[in-house]
Amino acid sequence: MLCEECGKAQATVHIERIINGRKMTTNLCRDCAQRSGLMTLGVLFQPSFSINSLMSAFLGSQIEALPSTGPGADGPRCPVCGMSYRDFARAGRLGCSRCYEVFEDRLEPLLRRIHGSDTHVGKAPAGTGERARIRRQLETLKRQLSKVVAEEAYEEAAELRDKIKEFEAKLRGNPA
Amino acid sequence: MTRRHADALQAILRNSSSPWMDGSGELGSVVISSRVRLARNLEDVPFPHLLSENDASSVLKKVLQAADSIGDKGFGGPVIQVSLNELSPLDCQVLVEKHLISPQHAEGKAGKGLLLRRDEAAAIMVNEEDHLRVQVLRSGLELEEAWVLASGIDDLFEQNLDYAYDERIGYLTSCPTNVGTGIRASVMVHLPALAVANETSRVLTAVNKVGLVVRGLYGEGTEGQGNVFQISNQITLGQTEKEIIENLSLVVRQVVTEEIKVREMLFKNHRIEVEDRVFRALGILSNARKLTSDEAIKLWSDLRLGVELGMVPGLEIKDVNEILVLSRPNFVQKYFGAALTANERDVRRAELVRKHLASRGV
Repeated sequence: MLCEECGKAQATVHIERIINGRKMTTNLCRDCAQRSGLMTLGVLFQPSFSINSLMSAFLGSQIEALPSTGPGADGPRCPVCGMSYRDFARAGRLGCSRCYEVFEDRLEPLLRRIHGSDTHVGKAPAGTGERARIRRQLETLKRQLSKVVAEEAYEEAAELRDKIKEFEAKLRGNPA
Repeated sequence: MTRRHADALQAILRNSSSPWMDGSGELGSVVISSRVRLARNLEDVPFPHLLSENDASSVLKKVLQAADSIGDKGFGGPVIQVSLNELSPLDCQVLVEKHLISPQHAEGKAGKGLLLRRDEAAAIMVNEEDHLRVQVLRSGLELEEAWVLASGIDDLFEQNLDYAYDERIGYLTSCPTNVGTGIRASVMVHLPALAVANETSRVLTAVNKVGLVVRGLYGEGTEGQGNVFQISNQITLGQTEKEIIENLSLVVRQVVTEEIKVREMLFKNHRIEVEDRVFRALGILSNARKLTSDEAIKLWSDLRLGVELGMVPGLEIKDVNEILVLSRPNFVQKYFGAALTANERDVRRAELVRKHLASRGV
């Protein structure tokens, strides 16, 4: 078959396109195909899998499921950066590290969808992981303390205060 | 930025040879370079896209202080500290062309920074999409070595900064596509023979199907330029860094095997056609008086194939790779120290390439 463009060289590139619902085939030689602009790699090579497109599609469906008006339509906001889940779904970027905690319930299915997993198995920082653990324990202890103080259980409160001091010392002993 | 660092940076911006593009390393005839990048953030500090310029500057200050206490030794070589808003837009664009910062990072906003090892092998972008992006570049297929250095630098910064890390989902990043390991491993390959045989699309579609992503030499939308492709991982959560790197290496090795198979076939059955193409490219590059960047990159690919096949005595892969850098539009202007029109650039580009090849005796 000869090239439909120049009519001289052999047609070695066959481009199929759907135009207005009808399949059109164009047969060209390599040179004419390159000149035509049809044979860019974008046509030849279309990525079939990209986690960015997967994420946008999933976020799109989550936005649709959110109530669009009324008080609390945007749901909770992150106390550190002020971002709502709707803000995130629009931007595709979270506001700060705390957002992961605030929007945990909605992010989990998203992470499973894009990574096929929701659990980290790689490198863990030597210091920060330990510090984060101590900090979380410290927060729990402080919550317990305000509860027992309210209940006027002073003996327990004294014990908790000692523990809190101990954990705070640990944090200082593990400088950032 | 200190005077000493500013001078060192200017030297880098005018230098077309980067050690990580010197053709050494495993499978250096096909694999141009390997890169490992780690995304890290500070705990409870808004990510860069929400930071005011003031807050971004204080993040930068913290990171630079950490770098000071780590010292050059932690990076494996002397490091320069750069505030991008102190650079001209042209200087920022040359850093992009040299693959040292991303196009996104080049918009020189206050608080954006760069820590750069003088030999360009390691860098940290500060306040790009994440607070820190540690990157290590190596010539050839050397992902493992790149990971070891990147992770070592990361460890040192971790001792000096409060990283955002969650025990269950790992390192927390601005975009959820990077969460977990925060690693992006990437390999740049030159596949001219697959292009001649019209096999590029088949091979790269297969790469995509196993969850890896393929981009062009200068990122998305530049696919096919110079027959150079960057293959990288997409998934960052649920696999260890080692698994991610090994998987990528395995796939790259398969792609390289296919490329070499076709090269051998071309060499055996179509030697004269290949030689013709290679020496036409050499002829134009070493004689032309005007060269567009598109033409330069096409000819570069042909010439590099010739050098890879050992057809061009006197030229080494590193000499050819330099043409890639010194034919970029911003580099040409930087080199001649003047803003040039497109037409003037084409003339100067031809002059640069011609002189470069002449200096190698070709």
